[in-house]
Amino acid sequence: MYTAEEFLTQLELINVSHVVSVPDSTLGEWYPALQASNDVSLIQVCREGEAWAVAAGLHLGGASPVVLIQCTGLFESGDALRNAIHDYGLPLFGIIGYRSYLNQSSIPGDTARIFTEPILSAWQLDTLLIDTPEKKHRLAEHYHSCRTDARPGIALIAEGRA
Amino acid sequence: MSDTNSRMDLVAALRVLHKVRTDEVIITSMGNGREWQQFAQHPLDFVHVPSSMGQTQSWGLGLALAQPSRRIVACCGDGSLLMNLGSLVTIANAAPSNFTLLVFDNGVYEVTGGQPTPASTARRLVGQGVNFASIANECGFRHTERITNLDEWKNRVDTLLNLLGPVCAVLEVAPQTENYSVRSPGRPKERVKELAASLKSK
Repeated sequence: MYTAEEFLTQLELINVSHVVSVPDSTLGEWYPALQASNDVSLIQVCREGEAWAVAAGLHLGGASPVVLIQCTGLFESGDALRNAIHDYGLPLFGIIGYRSYLNQSSIPGDTARIFTEPILSAWQLDTLLIDTPEKKHRLAEHYHSCRTDARPGIALIAEGRA
Repeated sequence: MSDTNSRMDLVAALRVLHKVRTDEVIITSMGNGREWQQFAQHPLDFVHVPSSMGQTQSWGLGLALAQPSRRIVACCGDGSLLMNLGSLVTIANAAPSNFTLLVFDNGVYEVTGGQPTPASTARRLVGQGVNFASIANECGFRHTERITNLDEWKNRVDTLLNLLGPVCAVLEVAPQTENYSVRSPGRPKERVKELAASLKSK
């Protein structure tokens, strides 16, 4: 969906300070650009639950983090998300890779697509699905809208392969 | 590693920390968070209850990265650490020089009634205990050590709060056998706002 440069431009538009992340094959292609950036710090975590917790501490300390993980990592990280966003009311923002959305044949029988959107709905997260090139610029708009209202949000990025 | 009977009392160990702390952020959780509340509270205290078990040190890492001029002390139990052992690698990789992790190691899931962890006391007694300080060292923490008694802790606590981090100290404590449940100091959304305000003002 995004080239690395396009993604970094979106992050710079929204003044992100830290990207807390576990890669997948799409998100990982953006890492060299993130690592080379002077404006954004990439914090790699070992498992996705950590990502929400590290982002919570960063936010509390005055930084502007986003969480960057695949939808499968979202499934794993539910309790950490629940604690930071719902127990403590922290308006964290996640950018979630939607595995194989654009190429369903890449993993036959994969159930990630069945559960991703219902789970985001269950966690009561304001989600924007970015599934066409025309919507790419809306990531920054959605982030700003969520920040203005101090509510958590998700940009769900359609991916072409696992 | 010492057996359960010779281990430090958790409250006594926390009292030592409380006595020497100045302007550090101290994040507590689970059993240590319950006992920390019996001491006078500081604006930079944060009792992470309710929590997502195992995530307290990760909240602390985020704080340490966002507030590099302030010492962040995260307190967790061994059961919590086992739920997020990868966090040791994450912390070592991020390498915050202002971060101290204190692991209160009692070998049990205390707040649920003292069930042994997979790294349990019984295994320690036959010399098969898990050495969390050694694991943290292998993960790349700048300084790690095990603290086995209260006198040693009194002698080391100041240093451990001021050494270039990341620092990990594992304190061998005895499980609490009474009033062991988890306890919240109040509404989480209000408390987190208070901490954020304190971080801005102090």
